[in-house]
Amino acid sequence: MTAEFWIIQTFNGLSYGALLFLLASGLSLIFGVMRIVNLAHGSYFMLGGYVGLSVVWRTGSFAAAVLVGALAIALIGIAMERLFLRRLSGQVLGQVLMTIGFALIFQDAALLIWGGDPYTIPVPGPLRGVLRAGALSFPTYRAFIVVVAAVVATLLWLALDRTRVGARIRAAVDDAEMAQGVGINVPLLSLAVFALGAFLAAMGGVIGGAFLGVYPGADFEVLPYAFVVVIVGGLGSLPGAMVGSLLVGLLDNFGKALFPELSYFTLFAPMALILALRPTGLFGRA
Amino acid sequence: MSRRVAGVGLIVLLAAAVAPVLPAYPLTLLTQAFIVAILAMSLDVLLGYTGLPSLGHAAYFGVAAYAVAILATERQAGFATCLVVGIVAAAVTAAAFGLIAIRAAGTYFLMITLALGMVVWGLAFRWVSLTKGDNGISGVPRPELGLPWSLWGPLPFFYFSLVTAVLAWVLMGLLVVSPFGMSLKGIRESESRMRILGYNVWLHKYLSFVISGTFAGLAGVLWAYYNGFVSPVDVQLVTSVETLLMVALGGPGTLAGPAVGAALIVFLKNFVSVYTKRWLLILGAVYIGVILFAPRGLAGAFRGQRH
Repeated sequence: MTAEFWIIQTFNGLSYGALLFLLASGLSLIFGVMRIVNLAHGSYFMLGGYVGLSVVWRTGSFAAAVLVGALAIALIGIAMERLFLRRLSGQVLGQVLMTIGFALIFQDAALLIWGGDPYTIPVPGPLRGVLRAGALSFPTYRAFIVVVAAVVATLLWLALDRTRVGARIRAAVDDAEMAQGVGINVPLLSLAVFALGAFLAAMGGVIGGAFLGVYPGADFEVLPYAFVVVIVGGLGSLPGAMVGSLLVGLLDNFGKALFPELSYFTLFAPMALILALRPTGLFGRA
Repeated sequence: MSRRVAGVGLIVLLAAAVAPVLPAYPLTLLTQAFIVAILAMSLDVLLGYTGLPSLGHAAYFGVAAYAVAILATERQAGFATCLVVGIVAAAVTAAAFGLIAIRAAGTYFLMITLALGMVVWGLAFRWVSLTKGDNGISGVPRPELGLPWSLWGPLPFFYFSLVTAVLAWVLMGLLVVSPFGMSLKGIRESESRMRILGYNVWLHKYLSFVISGTFAGLAGVLWAYYNGFVSPVDVQLVTSVETLLMVALGGPGTLAGPAVGAALIVFLKNFVSVYTKRWLLILGAVYIGVILFAPRGLAGAFRGQRH
């Protein structure tokens, strides 16, 4: 347990947390505005990775893969919300069952289209290699993920905190009915937030696909992480999603490094503790 | 109510009568249907009668199944030990989780039970020295009950499962028509009203949560013996959601409905997977179809037609 171990593991946890932020920030906003437990959110991550993979195969461009992957899945999100979920507003159980139905269909469709083999999205040249700091070396790609997440977080924060649309979203998170009452088009806002959430998750899927890989089952593997982030941070809270992502990224990484047999327990048990003390999460409001 | 009891009696008698002439495969499916029916009914106590949608019900089922698998393979424990330890393990897990979960309502309850279920899944998956991780625990022997028939035979095990399921249905049925069960329904309809009437709403919900988890444990004990194999698949999120689907499909708040829902899903899954590899697509479509076309379940759909 040298200082080196702690620094490297902290960096790894940080970069994993950054990836989780891309996945979970959208889920948190969707939850905040629409109160939907979206079990298909992990599917957006996986599908984003697969679409990105196909784009990289055709064009060789990583940037195009991120963009096309995210946009394609955002469209799927829009269709899901507009055509199906909207009919069930307020029906908690119905929405859950519907989103799991979609998650199963997406899982099987991905298996049908891309097969069962695991793939890795090739990392563009400049992002390969390592950054050196004294005796320590950090993979450049992980640093890149941290930068992307920081940019996305800043943009989201500016949009939510400084723009008219952001103010409307915050109003809808606080009280959707009242927001509708004062003339905010909550259904349209919900659709936009849902699309944004799918976009971000798919973007995370393409970016994450370069270091976690793209494989069947990735959807249900990342889903619990996203939920833990949202639960710990508080539903519909952007600062909550940030703090939650970092916390989960670090806990997961140190858990796996220090107590491999109990690694999920070291992740979920602190969450249960936080819930016991603060049922609405660290930054959530009742 | 009496019509429902008669209906259940008829189905059970019919199943018991045709079982001896059924080929092996349908018979094992029927056995599975009765075991899973216990799980679906146990969730119905919580969802249908108390109004609490749990997304982590596989946890109690799985804890009991793992307890039986570990005791029966490594300690060669007998049936009584396995049964008691399995059910108690499920009840204790539910009692601990309930303390955290019952504080929340609505979507928060869903999220929290989902996360708590993941705790158990995580342990099953990673605590390899106890659970053998992803490989699961195989070779769970069928119990010796000191009866003239060995439970290794498919037919005796079917009757064993059937009797247990009927017993569970009777017990849960008595529970939901008892004054306690009536209070649960009251809480489902209006929590604030029940609180003002002086009921301890928290305690009622908590007890319902624990009782529900305990019966899920009974199903888990049977499952470990039935399957002879326990793995993280038994405690994963999809298993919990599938149980919710069974309850939703059959009609929440009817006990018998979710049991029928369980049987339908068991048969559907197994038959469809014989004919096509794409059965997940079909199962996914069933989820969506049930929600769009029978939002109150089959029981609700029939009731809707009568009125």
